[in-house]
Amino acid sequence: MSLIRKSAAELGALLGAGEVSAVEVAQAHLDRVAEIDGKVHAFLHVAAESALAQARAIDERRAKGERLGPLAGVPIAHKDVFTTSDMPTTAGSKILQGWRPPYDATVTRRLREAGLVILGKTNLDEFAMGSSTENSAFGPTRNPWDLTRVPGGSSGGSSAAVAAYAAPLSTGTDTGGSIRQPAAVTGIVGMKPTYGGSSRYGLIAFASSLDTPGPFARNVLDAALLHEAFSGHDPMDSTSIDAPVPGVVEAAKRADIAGLRVGVVREFDSEGFQAGVVARFHETVELLESLGAKVVELSCPSFTTALPAYYLIAPSECSSNLARFDAMRYGLRVGDDGERSAEEVMAMTRAAGFGPEVKRRIMLGTYALSSGYYDAYYGQAQKVRTLIARDFEAAFHQVDVLISPTTPTTAFPIGERVDDPMAMYLADLCTIPANLAGNAAISIPCGLADEDGLPVGLQIMAPVLGDDRCYRVGAALETALESRWGGPLLSKAPAL
Amino acid sequence: MSTETLMAYDEALERFEPVLGMEVHVELGTASKMFCGCRAEFGGAPNTQVCPVCLALPGSLPVANEKAIESTIRIGLALNCSIASWCRFARKNYFYPDMPKNYQISQYDEPLCTDGYLDVEVDGRIVRVEIERVHLEEDTGKSTHVGGATGRIQGADHSIVDYNRAGIPLVEIVTRPIEGTDRLAPEIARAYVAELRELMRALGVSDVRMEEGSLRCDVNVSLMPRGTSTWGTRTETKNVNSLRSVERAVRHEIERQGAILADGGRIIQETRHFHEDTGATTAGRSKEEAQDYRYFPEPDLVPIAPDPEWVESLRSGLPELPRVRRGRLQEEWGASDLDMRSMHNADAIDLVEATVAAGAAPADARKWWMGELARRANEAGSALVELAITPVQVARVCAMVAEGAVNDKLARQVLEGVLAGEGGPDEVVERRGLRVVSDEGELSAIIDQVIADNAAAADKVRGGKVAAVGALVGGVMKASRGKADAGRARELILAKLGVSE
Ligand SMILES: [Zn+2]
Repeated sequence: MSLIRKSAAELGALLGAGEVSAVEVAQAHLDRVAEIDGKVHAFLHVAAESALAQARAIDERRAKGERLGPLAGVPIAHKDVFTTSDMPTTAGSKILQGWRPPYDATVTRRLREAGLVILGKTNLDEFAMGSSTENSAFGPTRNPWDLTRVPGGSSGGSSAAVAAYAAPLSTGTDTGGSIRQPAAVTGIVGMKPTYGGSSRYGLIAFASSLDTPGPFARNVLDAALLHEAFSGHDPMDSTSIDAPVPGVVEAAKRADIAGLRVGVVREFDSEGFQAGVVARFHETVELLESLGAKVVELSCPSFTTALPAYYLIAPSECSSNLARFDAMRYGLRVGDDGERSAEEVMAMTRAAGFGPEVKRRIMLGTYALSSGYYDAYYGQAQKVRTLIARDFEAAFHQVDVLISPTTPTTAFPIGERVDDPMAMYLADLCTIPANLAGNAAISIPCGLADEDGLPVGLQIMAPVLGDDRCYRVGAALETALESRWGGPLLSKAPAL
Repeated sequence: MSTETLMAYDEALERFEPVLGMEVHVELGTASKMFCGCRAEFGGAPNTQVCPVCLALPGSLPVANEKAIESTIRIGLALNCSIASWCRFARKNYFYPDMPKNYQISQYDEPLCTDGYLDVEVDGRIVRVEIERVHLEEDTGKSTHVGGATGRIQGADHSIVDYNRAGIPLVEIVTRPIEGTDRLAPEIARAYVAELRELMRALGVSDVRMEEGSLRCDVNVSLMPRGTSTWGTRTETKNVNSLRSVERAVRHEIERQGAILADGGRIIQETRHFHEDTGATTAGRSKEEAQDYRYFPEPDLVPIAPDPEWVESLRSGLPELPRVRRGRLQEEWGASDLDMRSMHNADAIDLVEATVAAGAAPADARKWWMGELARRANEAGSALVELAITPVQVARVCAMVAEGAVNDKLARQVLEGVLAGEGGPDEVVERRGLRVVSDEGELSAIIDQVIADNAAAADKVRGGKVAAVGALVGGVMKASRGKADAGRARELILAKLGVSE
């Protein structure tokens, strides 16, 4: 099997045994990027030289007999929303085109410390706002399963890179589903850790109280290995949790769910979802029962109000977070002719530099926070948030994990929803509650929809700091599903 | 500048009653900034004390400075406030180039300290100023507007920004409306700021230098017609940067508003600027089109929940507060109320205390600081503390006088020499040759000469008009260029003339 088809764990083992060099592994993936990225457009920046240099350094350290971690020398694609001191960082926006951060995000630093070789930066919806990667200022990414369809978003470049075998691992950020939904529609694994479990320092903010860095991989164990590599307390992020990282790798290896109590969220098992999605979901529920899990249906009534609450809280925070892009200190500057005032230049730059979806959310948020409306909108949304956390809490008294389809439909065609924000927002219907409550949640592939042959994702939600449960259940299901399919789901994807 | 009509202060006070409100910003003297590790020191080369956080680079996040929270709680405790058991930072959103994030991390409806008071003394009367809130926020950068006539943004060619100040911890202390000040409104405003400044110094939380902007004062003034109880529209005069200016700004606003109201006009709710040169205020931004700051809880920071035990330990660790200390010193020094007040007003208490600590008698220390040195400071237009002389040096001069090594006249010359940078008191005495003539032989010779030259005066003394000896003593002092000990000279003259008292 070629190097690019191997999992991160396998590559780590081969590298550790000296059977392959990090340079060979990096080169194989860079070749794959060169081969497919003209079609897929997963990358905004490919860092071939620095990747090979990093790989060489890893090989040298290993040659000296240094003991390296399980992912040392394994390539990774990095979402272009994390700052990198040696590569441009754009957040998918024209307003940051060409910006070189002087510092590494904590996640970036930890990737480097783990010896991961960063191949480049991946495409995303501008400032991570979107569910299709169509909002990138630098053109959309395409779904490796069907190039006419979206790879999900906002972390669509990262999901496509992994699904297209351009990298075994990638990073994402999940604010309302931006890891789980792209993972679901590209047939890979994507995990949103507990909020505060992974550091936001150097992650260009969309919505501070929701943004969560997390891993993409082609299998559950790989995701756990990456999760473990970059998570954990960070004194630079005040909202980071000062507690040990849950034993996610152990859980992924244990993969045993006999006696586990699983709750099906009634609110997300409903009409309006694509038939193929519902069918695969119900099959997976039966599979869980056959594996010895106790499945019960339960209700989380507040979950139906999660979407509108999210679309008040996230834009409110974003309207403030994005105020710093003012042409004064970095990034784009438009109209500075020596005559115009700072205020005019600021306004012209923001008008030219932000895309329509970003502007829509800034306006929504500005309105929701304005005096006289705050209580009715932002205040009310915060109350909903409390109710959702309570529903989760009540549910987790009865069950160990909750499950739902990750997203109501499979990958939709590029262009289909660009003029219909409400339809676009529905893609995150099932994923948003976990963001609002800060819970851990994972998406794993659970089959192909009959009507379009595209991947369907299963979402497994666990309590705050119960990340290990997501991996335990995910890994058990993955084993059972793959034996049913006769191999990974992704092997059914058409060749690019 | 507009030529505004003013109403004479006395008339304005006859017709209207002023209501004051004070907002004071104090930059805390913490080692690092409020939300990052940058040094918080004043005066570095522009934009050298900056990092991704205080420049608001994308992706950077704030981490609250624990020491600043501690200082704010201590200030709150010293102001008799309640300390919140749980509160949050909030974002105050508005665009301005010297504010890197285009929002300021501040506190909104959940301040750290609330409901306190500060007693200030004016003309022997204690006025209780109620404190509404004390909260913690971050400072902005500093804009300099280049090319205009006024240094303000209007008319400037361009502006430059120094972000060294951006993110320095700032405590805002807001009073409730201060009523019943009557004629003393300007003095009470000044006394409040002075007392607050001393309190900050006693707590050691800030260097509170108004001229460097580490204590900045906004003064709110409104007038209501005598006999009514509905407050008038207020104006807010921004950044009044000396105690004297605080007093003048209040007085000017009373005179200005009085004239407008008496003329049937209405006061516009606005911010105003105070001009040191003219003592007048001019209109700034109108607040009637009020900015909407879209406050919301800062999601990048966790709530502050000070442990009650810790708060109690901070309370018990508070230093002696200025008013208490002044009472104690008055007793120790045996000073009158009037003396204490004048020392307080002249900012001399610390200096006198340090001089006493260096060995001077309290009365002597006070005499020099409030006399000769105050006069010189006044001439130079500077504050006492800015004079180029230390309390230890003043104590040395006191000691020289006490020993009889110099007399008062010579002591003034010693002080003059020290202030002129000629060295310490001993050096000045040495260099200028200022020792009192204590050699009896030399003094005796001078006296003989003076008696010979002033025979008429000497005869009067011999004849019993002892008062005439003054002229002879004066002659001796003159002949010795002031170095003679006048008391001893008098004794010797009388002895030589055979007169006893
Ligand atoms: Zn800094």
